[in-house]
Amino acid sequence: MLKINNLHAGVEGNEILKGINLEVNAGEVHAIMGPNGSGKSTLASVIAGKEEFEVTEGNVEFDGENLEDSAPENRAHKGIFMSFQYPVEIPGVSVTNFMKTAINESRKARGLEDMPASQMLKLIREKAELLDIDRKFLSRSLNEGFSGGEKKRNEIFQMAMLEPKLAILDETDSGLDIDALRIVANGVNKLKSKDNAVIIITHYQRLLDYIVPDFVHVLHEGKIVKSGTKELAHELEAKGYDWIKNGAVV
Amino acid sequence: MAYTEEELKKELETKEYEYGFYTDIESDTFPAGLNEDIVVAISKRKEEPGWMTDWRLKAFKAWKEMEEPEWANVTYQKPDFQAISYYSAPNSKPKYDSLDEVDPELLDTFKKLGISLDEQKKLAGVAVDIVMDSVSVATTFKKTLAEKGIIFCSISEAIKEHSELVQKYMGSVVPQKDNFYAALNSAVFSDGSFCYIPKGVRCPMELSTYFRINQAGTGQFERTLVIADKGSYVSYLEGCTAPARDENQLHAAVVELIALDDAEIKYSTVQNWFPGDKNGKGGVFNFVTKRGICEKNAKISWTQVETGSAVTWKYPSCILKGDNSIGEFYSIAVTNNYQQADTGTKMVHLGKNTRSTIISKGISAGKSQNSYRGLVQVSSRAENARNFSQCDSLLMGNECGAHTFPYIEVKNKTAQIEHEATTSKIGEEQIFYCNQRGIDTEKAIALIVNGFSKEVLNKLPMEFAVEAQKLLEISLEGSVG
Ligand SMILES: Nc1ncnc2c1ncn2[C@@H]1O[C@H](COP(=O)(O)OP(=O)(O)OP(=O)(O)O)[C@@H](O)[C@H]1O
Ligand SMILES: [Mg+2]
Repeated sequence: MLKINNLHAGVEGNEILKGINLEVNAGEVHAIMGPNGSGKSTLASVIAGKEEFEVTEGNVEFDGENLEDSAPENRAHKGIFMSFQYPVEIPGVSVTNFMKTAINESRKARGLEDMPASQMLKLIREKAELLDIDRKFLSRSLNEGFSGGEKKRNEIFQMAMLEPKLAILDETDSGLDIDALRIVANGVNKLKSKDNAVIIITHYQRLLDYIVPDFVHVLHEGKIVKSGTKELAHELEAKGYDWIKNGAVV
Repeated sequence: MAYTEEELKKELETKEYEYGFYTDIESDTFPAGLNEDIVVAISKRKEEPGWMTDWRLKAFKAWKEMEEPEWANVTYQKPDFQAISYYSAPNSKPKYDSLDEVDPELLDTFKKLGISLDEQKKLAGVAVDIVMDSVSVATTFKKTLAEKGIIFCSISEAIKEHSELVQKYMGSVVPQKDNFYAALNSAVFSDGSFCYIPKGVRCPMELSTYFRINQAGTGQFERTLVIADKGSYVSYLEGCTAPARDENQLHAAVVELIALDDAEIKYSTVQNWFPGDKNGKGGVFNFVTKRGICEKNAKISWTQVETGSAVTWKYPSCILKGDNSIGEFYSIAVTNNYQQADTGTKMVHLGKNTRSTIISKGISAGKSQNSYRGLVQVSSRAENARNFSQCDSLLMGNECGAHTFPYIEVKNKTAQIEHEATTSKIGEEQIFYCNQRGIDTEKAIALIVNGFSKEVLNKLPMEFAVEAQKLLEISLEGSVG
């Protein structure tokens, strides 16, 4: 589904990603871990097509198609979703209105009519329930005044609404309390199928106890320096990153 | 497609005036220039009573002694008042009873605007008095209104048919010599609307007027007078679009609202005069004086969405004369390219327990300048006066400006005045966030701008809100689509 080939990317001549290779197939869950500043969010943003970053070498393929010239909204229409590490606020635009717009824009791109209001309402109710989101939350301005945890839960709500093929969750677990973490993880698990895939960016083992990854990768200074199974995450939790950093040098 | 802030800005600037066309309807136009003879000729042409002619002449005398104000935060080439023709009426003068009789070209114009009379008529509850250039050419729903004793007609007709009301109230809120443009308007106003709601009557429909400037080089001097008698209610809508023109066009309207005891007037405006092209050439100069007076327990709300004009100078105001009266001002002003807007309001608290609310939203793009200028005045006898003001500015790009000039004059210690102001920028992060959810940049901007303006849009009557939202999108989205 996703194939990243020798990806180099940076900003203003400053290289952040230095040759990433990664393949994610339908039905898989990948976890990406790594120290602060190693390039995890940058990788997520580049996959999502953020213009700020310049791809200098290599490419990203999605369903066999080179995404090079694809605008972020087109990538979204193709089924790429990113849960933001820092979701932005859009004052005056309700969660409902935002989701309505997002869904209908995606439908328009696929040549479909707007979703009928009744169906939209039903979908919103269903997904809000799945993530245990209070109804009155949905009429509030998007992310404005939301607590850190509420923002993250709202990101997953949006993911549930949009049903992407590939979901990249950038530190969705940071800021979530223990109950919320379980609710969000359950939500993600329910949405998982053999046809979609998830990339989880996290610093902690905890989320991976709920959403069990098939592969764990360690990103360090813009490169994947180690890949393994879920045991690797345990090992990292116990030992930190130093042994890998050193290992990378050797 | 790449969307850097630079590109975004460029795209915004390429927005061309959507309604820039010109209807070729034969007009009868006065020669350019202004002197006493012209003032008298206008009055004669309109078959006005003598008192009206005198009133105009008095205004003209005052105007001759006045200077164009320079305190606003706008710069422009001053109009040559002798190069303007002060009267222009469509040739097909007689009023029409049905649409069939209306000049097909005019109907076509309205179709282009998406406000065909057909549509208007279907829009349940909207009576439309269309001012094409200076003379009303169609009035609908008049009968329904007449049954309630409501008078809704052109000001020219009112001057003849309801002389005593006009004579009593015209100039009572905006005196002839109030300011330079008001004086000019008082001397040469060509037409406009008049509305009277009798005691205790709730006007059953939104009254609306569409204004257009149509004749090359013809100044538009509208005069509106709305009188809500004791305990009555009316919601009045005013909207306008204008054709693209090369030279600057002057628009100096005067609107006077009178809300007697316990009455309420809602006055909503969607303004979309030609703003000039993307190099700042052409465009309408909009110098408007709008003011209302509230007697006891009365309420006046001004709601406006301003997207057009090259230069806008406009301060809808409320004189809260009666005890417990309420004044409200809700405004969205959008400026793009080289547009300049200096708008705001004046809330003058004279009575006890008077309250006022000001919500102003300024959106600037391109190289435009958007200023809010508000005055809250509390007189010594206005016990317990309260005001809340909120001025928010949204910037797009680095070349535009937003300015806030709040003036507060309080002469009574019991007054409570609150003022809040914010400035924000549409950020790349916000746009990327929307993009990531499948919303393209154009739509994202519309969404963000609508969100920003929501508090004001919500104050507009439903059908007007939709139109206003469309206008906001057109004004800011560029020519994409
Ligand atoms: N727009 C930018 N301009 C300059 N430097 C940037 C920009 N975006 C990211 N960087 C730099 O690139 C590096 C990687 O950042 P990134 O946000 O991808 O790290 P991360 O792995 O997600 O870190 P964290 O775990 O703290 O979230 C950092 O050194 C960061 O400062
Ligand atoms: Mg990060």
